[in-house]
Amino acid sequence: MEKMTFSHQVSQYVLTGLGSGSIYALIGIGFNIIHNATRIVNITQCAFVMLGGMLCISFFGFLHLPLFVSFFLAILSVTFIGAMVERGAIRPAKSKSILVLIFITIGAYEFMSGTAMLAWGPDPMTLPSFSGEKPLRVLGATLDPQYLWIFAITIVTVIILHLFFSRTVTGKAMRAVAANARAASLVGISVNRMTLISFALSGTVGAIAGVIITPITTASYHSGLMLGLKGFAAAVLGGYGNMFGAVVGGLILGILENLSAGLITSEYKNAIAFLILLLVLFFRSSGLLGEGEVERV
Amino acid sequence: MPLVPFFKKINFLFLLIFALSILLLPLFIHTAYYLFVMNVIGLNIIVVVGLNLFIGYAGQISLGHAAFYGIGAYTSAILTTTYGFHPWISIGLAMFLTGSFACIIGVPTLKLRGSYLVMATLGFNIIIHIIMVQWETVTGGPDGFPGIPFLTVGGFAFDTDVKLYYLVWLFSFLSILVSLNLVDSRVGRALRALRSSEITANTLGVNTDKYKIKVFVLSAMFTSVAGSLYAHYLTFISPKTFDMFYSIKVVIMVIVGGLGSIWGPLFGCALFTILSELLSSISETLNIITYGLILMFIMMFLPEGVIVGLVEHYQRRKVRMLIETEKAEASD
Repeated sequence: MEKMTFSHQVSQYVLTGLGSGSIYALIGIGFNIIHNATRIVNITQCAFVMLGGMLCISFFGFLHLPLFVSFFLAILSVTFIGAMVERGAIRPAKSKSILVLIFITIGAYEFMSGTAMLAWGPDPMTLPSFSGEKPLRVLGATLDPQYLWIFAITIVTVIILHLFFSRTVTGKAMRAVAANARAASLVGISVNRMTLISFALSGTVGAIAGVIITPITTASYHSGLMLGLKGFAAAVLGGYGNMFGAVVGGLILGILENLSAGLITSEYKNAIAFLILLLVLFFRSSGLLGEGEVERV
Repeated sequence: MPLVPFFKKINFLFLLIFALSILLLPLFIHTAYYLFVMNVIGLNIIVVVGLNLFIGYAGQISLGHAAFYGIGAYTSAILTTTYGFHPWISIGLAMFLTGSFACIIGVPTLKLRGSYLVMATLGFNIIIHIIMVQWETVTGGPDGFPGIPFLTVGGFAFDTDVKLYYLVWLFSFLSILVSLNLVDSRVGRALRALRSSEITANTLGVNTDKYKIKVFVLSAMFTSVAGSLYAHYLTFISPKTFDMFYSIKVVIMVIVGGLGSIWGPLFGCALFTILSELLSSISETLNIITYGLILMFIMMFLPEGVIVGLVEHYQRRKVRMLIETEKAEASD
């Protein structure tokens, strides 16, 4: 057993921190997409993360489909579930008040996590790493190869989303709705349809995060909640609504969380993300990359 | 204005009915379990009445009240059991501590709005909950904190369900009295102005920031008292009671009862406490699912609260029927 030097320790925590940070970033992007379309906090995002992991486990472990087929099937299913949440719960709502809509998503979250507990039982389940369990040596750190998949898939997802929002008509229309929903509808963009696509897309992104983290953390009916809330914290930290803000916020949260858990105390690991978030909200409420919300009269 | 005395009369009438039913109810309830449920309702009412001032009257949102409930309960438990303080003194100190926490949290976060406020209060709740679980030497950790003494007055100990029933409901009655008085005062009018439009209230000279913080601290203190009573009632507390789901639950009680009325949330409180007791006696899983579904449907179709929603529905139907009979008469 070789002794880990301090710098090896630090690189270990930074690398694993980048891994969990990527997950927070993806989940944060999911929160942002829906925030931009509707201005609400979509708590069902936490369920999307959990469902991604659980469905992939089911397709792979119980139906014995190949891992990558299970991966895509899980993501497709959650994308569909995301769209269902919008069609079934958000659109029919009588009141469009933000408070009411947030509580509808809380109700939907409880319904989905309860159903997941009924369907899969309370015990956590897991997936194998995508390419073997043999640990890698990187910069003196020992890394599960799954982390490379997490980095790669996160980068690809962010690039695709960026292209989607900057190059496609639908993506541009969604940005128009985010900037000014009323003006967007005046030029013929269907706000309802963009909201539907937003929910579906945030389902996709949440499910991707849920699947790729499962080999490392396992998944259970409530595993999405803490991950999801940290993703939300990442989004707010980076500046709510800003995609790259969520990436920066997520990575910072992940690294700080792992560093402080490894070097100071692991008992309060889950509290650290929220402590950082509170401090940011206290001193710079628009987040790191946010432009600050202008209050409209 | 004849309206104001009318409302006062109605409130007085309700208070009287409320007090009488509290006094007489134990004569009809002989099962310990029902008394226990009644006591849980009573405790929840104290929290909900305070929270209603913040949500229903000031128009803000907090998903952190379980933390205040927990700080109240744990401060009382630790001071009395570990340090031998008198329970009543520790309730007072817990109130003071919770109020200070609310002030520290409130001053920076109440400037935020909407999603940020939700996140800040929720984050605070999660942090406090983790401290309760992890600070084992002081809080007893996830196994909980046993051996909390009952409350006493002189030599009289509140140690049976019936005695505790009267104690808990005395406090909920007092909390209702305080909030009725507050709502009907200058502060209450300022809060309502704040809720309908913060900017208008500001231009009319209402210092909205100050009022928001005051009402936040007040509602946190109400919640702290309920938490302390809870600790001295069950004599055992564990962190699970004070997680974010309790915060969500009490907000739901306020919203379901109808925002901005004192009596509506009491109804929401009773309804949801009984419902969740009933459901969890059947199955914990079904409890979560049904709770989620009910919350969704109420928020989707009766967003003004069950009572207001049903009354409006009834009125609309009456108007429709009137129009139809008039049409029928006209065509005759």
